[in-house]
This record gives sequence, structure tokens and C-alpha cells, in this order.
Amino acid sequence: MKRSKPTDSSSKPKPPSPKRQTLGELQDLQRLMAKTVMRPLTPAAKMNPCWTDGTPTRNVVAGFIKPNDRLTAFERLQLYNRQYWFRLLDCFYEDYPGLRAVLGERKFTRLAREYFSACPSASFTMRNLGQFLVHFIESHPKLVAPENQLALDMARLEWAHIEAFDNAAETPITPDDMLDADPQSLRLGLQPYLTLLRLNYPLDDFLIAVRRDQGLRHEASNAMENQRKRLPNKFKNFQRSKTIYLAVHRHRNSVFYKRLRADQFALLTALREGSPLEKAFAKAVESGSAARFQPKQITKWFQDWSALGWFCHRVEAKSK
Amino acid sequence: MPANRFNAFTDYGVGIGLRIPHYKHIFEKKPVVDWFEIISENFMCDGGRPLEMLDKILEQYRVVQHGVSMYFGSAEKLNREHLKKLKQLVKRTQTPWVSDHLCWGSVDGRYTHDLLPMPYTFAAAKVTAQKIRETRDFLEVPIAVENVSSYAEFHVSEMTEWEFLTEVVERADCGILLDVNNIYVSSFNHGFDPFHYLNNIPAERVAQIHIAGHSKYRKYILDTHDHPVIDPVWKLYARALQLAGKTATLLEWDDHIPSFDEVHHEALKANRFIQQTETAIA
Repeated sequence: MKRSKPTDSSSKPKPPSPKRQTLGELQDLQRLMAKTVMRPLTPAAKMNPCWTDGTPTRNVVAGFIKPNDRLTAFERLQLYNRQYWFRLLDCFYEDYPGLRAVLGERKFTRLAREYFSACPSASFTMRNLGQFLVHFIESHPKLVAPENQLALDMARLEWAHIEAFDNAAETPITPDDMLDADPQSLRLGLQPYLTLLRLNYPLDDFLIAVRRDQGLRHEASNAMENQRKRLPNKFKNFQRSKTIYLAVHRHRNSVFYKRLRADQFALLTALREGSPLEKAFAKAVESGSAARFQPKQITKWFQDWSALGWFCHRVEAKSK
Repeated sequence: MPANRFNAFTDYGVGIGLRIPHYKHIFEKKPVVDWFEIISENFMCDGGRPLEMLDKILEQYRVVQHGVSMYFGSAEKLNREHLKKLKQLVKRTQTPWVSDHLCWGSVDGRYTHDLLPMPYTFAAAKVTAQKIRETRDFLEVPIAVENVSSYAEFHVSEMTEWEFLTEVVERADCGILLDVNNIYVSSFNHGFDPFHYLNNIPAERVAQIHIAGHSKYRKYILDTHDHPVIDPVWKLYARALQLAGKTATLLEWDDHIPSFDEVHHEALKANRFIQQTETAIA
């Protein structure tokens, strides 16, 4: 027997409902768009016409972006692609004026492009854009050759400057707080905003001059920028080599670079690494200037450093 | 409607964005300003001069926080560390409400530092609203989301921008930071009627209004915040006030920043429209 088709209305074919996006599809779309927006520009500052697999980028973009009556999908997304790179490069120019002066415009821009391609921002704040730069330069020496050591020193100094500018300040310890402490067991912390650096080039005065030339750091905002800002590049020919020891720190909310002696540097580094006071002294003596290492002088160092607020309780001691 | 639950029942007037080039003038001259809007991320640090300057401002002025990197529309989960820092700042500023953008900008923990446009889909509205709710519950202050200016649209969109904005704020039960300049910019870039946009959003949810200038090119407009407000945007502002009532208003000026007095003078032009609205209501 031939079965008749059901005739009730509920079984009639429904008009196809528009397919709705799922959360997974939203995530895939955002990954694809982010990949497009974050791809390096061509030397002419345009969106790369060739996609990662060799197909035309315009075809990829046309798959998810609508054109309008004036712009193609490619041209519309290119606005975001250009803005992404201009924004990052502007921020990098402001945060690393010394490195830019050392490397020159072209090499600095190439370094920045390679760096952001390898290490896209992993922080909500652009303040941290350079957090992996020192490691990146160490692992990509060709990008800064032949100024390798100079560039590395400058990157370390400029990151220390950023840290000194707005890192946390713990409650300082005064000399009176240390009076009854046992030097064999006393462990002092150093302020989070303080960075100790051994540099192969005397870059402190150089960077001060560069920064004075540059002016104030810009703020985050949600505005598009019309064009990249350019800085003068008159400090390009800096070459003298000489080992210096620096404390990059903050005092009354201004950043300072304080030169240290080798034994001071060794002493403070040992304290930062967690050595008790007595052992830190021993390391300072080992650093080679024991003849000048007098108790009266040490007292003066500690008075000076305490006055600057450099000492605090060690973080692990606080958490206990 | 001078105050509503989305701006904590405050009655703020006309403010301007707090910008570094104006610090000296503000601290020396102590000008009368209804309130300042700060970019939250500029002060979400652990110490140093930014917080010192903020504390000096807070001694004399009312401050409202506006964020640029919460990315409610990103498909990934909220960044808890970001939220904790934001809450510390909320406690410091006592901001009556917090605003950020109806956009996305991060994926898989990588940040574009841009306000990328949303695909206007129900899935996107749902995840966005959920994250706004979570943020409000964590921060314990009202949230207002701002419509962004945009330069691209997605094939996958299932509704208009104003329908999407409505869908999100009603699902999240949050406020709107209505940027009339952004509506104008997007209306040019996408070819819609900006007044139709205004007339079709829930005006009772408007917690704050942004006004700003922009840069017009032959084929598109860029939202550059580097010019005075143009007349068509003032007309949109007037219409927004008709619909929402007297509302806290903020002029954004972020690039090629002129003197404090020039920026403030531009912002205070808003008072003329506010007075017209109040007269009409009376």
C-alpha cells in the first residue's frame, strides 16, 4: 500500500531561517580579523596584498567584511591594519627614544616591526609593550648589528626607566628599623621601582639628553591618529665604551639614574637576590675594592640609600 | 531625566577629558570644571607620578572613569587581573559609574589596543552582556557602554548597530555612554541616517554623552578627536538631549590638544543645548 504524505501544516517545509552565529564562530571571526589587523604592513605602509597561504588578501577579507559604495572590504580593513601599526610604533617611539637614536630610524622601525610580529602585546596596557624587548634583542642579534651591546644596554636602561616611572613603592625601612637587627640574618628588600644595571656604555647622560629632546610621554586614548609623529635623530653617533653601574630609581615621583661604584652595585645586587646583610657585604668585598670598604663609609651608603627610600621588607617575608 | 540608575543618580554637568598638557594650568589656575573624565588605563599602575597627579585632581574635582581596554565584546573571558586593578582605581576615584566601549580588541590573550567593531549577532550580544554583568558585579558600580565609531561591517551581522546596542544593554541591564560624534562618523562610513539610530535606542538608559571632533576624508571619516565639534554633531547632541533629558556630557580632545581654555570653552557650548532642553521641558 502506498502511504500518503502527511498533510497537516506543521509538517510543511519551513522557510530556511537565517543561520545564526555561534560563540565558536564569533571567536574564529575575531581570530581571523585580529590576524589581519596585526599583520605587518608593506614598506609603503599598506595592507599586505598577499595572505599567509599565498592567496590574495582581498579574497580572504571579502569573505567576512562588507564593501560599501566607496571602499572595498580590503580598503576598509586596511584602515584598522594601518592604525594598529601606527599606534604601536608611536608608543614604541615614545618609550624607546634612546634605542631609536642608537639604531637610527630605519633599523629601529625594522626592529619594532619584527618584535611586534613575534611578541604581540599580552597586556591590557601599552605601558608593557616593551616587556620582552631585551630578551628579543638577545635572541635576534642580527636586527641590531653592529650596535649589539649598545642597543641591548639601551633597551635595558629604557625598560628600567619605565619600571621606575610607575612601579609600586613599598613602605621604606629606615636605618632605625635596622638598629637591633642581626646582620647574619637580616634580609632587606629593594623597592620594586629600583633597577640595578651594569652597562657597557655610559648611557645615562645620553638618555637624559634624548628624553629632554623628546618631551612628555603620551597617554592612552581611544582616538585614531592621523599620522606618525617623528622625532629628531641627532644622537645617532654615540659610540664610547666604558663600564658603569647604575641604579635607576624614583624620588619624589621623578625618575633618576644614580651612578654606583662596583662594590655598591655588588652589595645591592646581593641584597636584591636575598642574601643576608653580612653575606652581601662579603660579596661586595669580593667585587675588588675591599681597601676602600670602611665601616664608616658603609654607614654613609646605607644612610644615603635609606634617605632615598630604597630599602623595604622583602616580599616573601611580608607574605609570611 | 537629570539622573538615573545608570549614572548612580548623579547630576553632573559638562566635563572634559583630563589630559597631561593641561595639568599645569589646572593646578595653577584651579579652573571651575564640573567634572573630569579620566582614561582608566592611564592610572591603573602601582605608583609614581600618574597616581600623584590623580590624587591632586581628586582633592578638588569630581572624576569619572572611562576605559579603553575592557573589550566586553571579545569572545574570551574577562581578564581578572585587569578587573582587580580597575577596582582599586574605582575605590580611589569614587567614580559614580564606569564606562568602556561596546567593542572587542583582544583574542587568545593578545591585545590589538584598538576598539574593533562588533559583528552584530545574537551570540555576540549574549557574551558581551554577560561580561558587562560580571564586571558590574565585581566593581560594584553602574556600567555604561559606549557605541564606537567604525570603518568596517561584517557579512555575518544579524541586526543593525542600534538594534545590537539595544540588545546588549537590555540583556546586561546597563547604561549607555552615547557618543553622538561616533554615530555621525559611522553613519557616514556605513551610510545610515544618524537620527534614525538615535530614535531607536532606549534613551532612558543613557548615562552620559560624548561629543568630539573628527577628520573627514573623501571616502571616509576618521574619529581623530582633534578638532572642534561640527554643527551636524551638535544637532545630533540636541536630539539626544530631547530624548534622554539633561545628561552628563563630556568633550573628548585627544590629539593636537589646544589650551585648556579652548577645550573647556568648546565643551561649555553644550550648555546652550542643555538649557534649550530644560526650557522646552518646562
